[in-house]
Amino acid sequence: MGVGITVERLNAFYGKTQALFDINLNVAANHATALIGPSGCGKSTFIRCLNRMHETIPEARVEGAVQIGEFSVYNGTSATQLRRRVGMVFQKPNPFPTMSIYDNVAAGLKLNGVRNRKQLEGIVEKSLESAALWQEVKDSLHKKSGASLSGGQQQRLCIARALAVQPEVLLMDEPCSALDPISTGKIEELIFQLKEQYTIVIVTHNMQQAARVAEFTGFFLLGKLIEFDKTEKVFTNPSDKRTEDYVTGRFG
Amino acid sequence: MRTRFQQQIEELREKLLRMGGMSELAVDRACQAYTERDLSRCQLVLENESLINAAEREIDELAFDILATQQPAAVDLRFILAVTKINADLERVGDQAVNIAERVMDMIELPAVELPVDVGRMATAVSAMVRRALESFVEGKAELAQAVLEMDHVVDRMRDEAFIVLVRKMNEEPQSTQQSLDALLVARNLERVADHATNIAEDVIFWVLGADVRHHAQAASGAPATPPEKPAVNS
Repeated sequence: MGVGITVERLNAFYGKTQALFDINLNVAANHATALIGPSGCGKSTFIRCLNRMHETIPEARVEGAVQIGEFSVYNGTSATQLRRRVGMVFQKPNPFPTMSIYDNVAAGLKLNGVRNRKQLEGIVEKSLESAALWQEVKDSLHKKSGASLSGGQQQRLCIARALAVQPEVLLMDEPCSALDPISTGKIEELIFQLKEQYTIVIVTHNMQQAARVAEFTGFFLLGKLIEFDKTEKVFTNPSDKRTEDYVTGRFG
Repeated sequence: MRTRFQQQIEELREKLLRMGGMSELAVDRACQAYTERDLSRCQLVLENESLINAAEREIDELAFDILATQQPAAVDLRFILAVTKINADLERVGDQAVNIAERVMDMIELPAVELPVDVGRMATAVSAMVRRALESFVEGKAELAQAVLEMDHVVDRMRDEAFIVLVRKMNEEPQSTQQSLDALLVARNLERVADHATNIAEDVIFWVLGADVRHHAQAASGAPATPPEKPAVNS
């Protein structure tokens, strides 16, 4: 099951440049939360702070507190421990190109020491089913490489890979921006199903996508969280003029 | 800035205003036709109905086109939804004007009788409501729209009073029953025009404030109900 995320006074920096300013936010468990805003507003930086990927950039640092379930992200939890519980899917599908479909999904499990073949097979099948890819690849699990799949299939393979280690939170950073409308539709359907079991945070440039898949939406601008509310409120009657200007296309 | 989109929104606004002008004129002509027993004005109302119907279709088509191609949100989405509803109300206002005109055409064939009801005063109030509702749309002002909602009670009372005195007249003077009945039906048509003006005002409030004030659901405060599970917001 998914867990909630609590963010308190989060500030993020790239060297001397501050990218996020005092972000306070509660992400509800087992819901999809969308983060929108113009390029450079800090939404991707924010999502990368949730699984400590931000700190992998030289001179980048974070201040503040992030709590994911009972885990304190910046106080006593190792990045490896954390990322077992917080999966991530990126803008561009990035399957391991030389590995088979099966090995792509099993990679995280093997790294975590799972060796039992039956157990591995079971989890690979379940993960591919959850990612709505099983029917399309079940006959070529070992024959085809991850890179041989279409873009949409590759992205679903990456989702299956993330699900295989049974995370509680799934972060998605513009997961459909490189996909055609049909593949995008499949990923959106998937998000809808996955939120029954996982907490999903999705960064998207596509406002209609945010409106379609997320129960809650946050609008970022210049490193600040301007508004966070129910999605329908943000898209029909936002509280802040800046949010309204952005969702109506008056700037950005 | 989405220039093309803003042009389409402006075009929609202009088309609705033109239609509003036609519907308002139709009601005014029908009311003048009643008070002056003027057949030529009745005919004008009937002739212009097809123009109002054509305008309604044009507005719906443009709104549909914008919804399908531009995916409007927030204030723009509320504006387009409001326009489509106001459009339907204006078309119905045109229909009520036609009903009045047809009633007047029947009345003219009967001898004039003194009736204990001031339909002219009611018509003035109703015309003012339609005009103010359209003004609130032109200026995007919820307070003007709110004033229209309050005027509706006055017109309702006028209709109730007309009903009482005209029924009494029918009982007392059966020979003028047809004239009394015509006046009663005109009063009812006018009251319906007032209801459409009220709907238009409610739609303007929805567009401007995002508040649903239909059926007295909520005060026009501009602050819709707080979501029950509202998450924490950045302070």
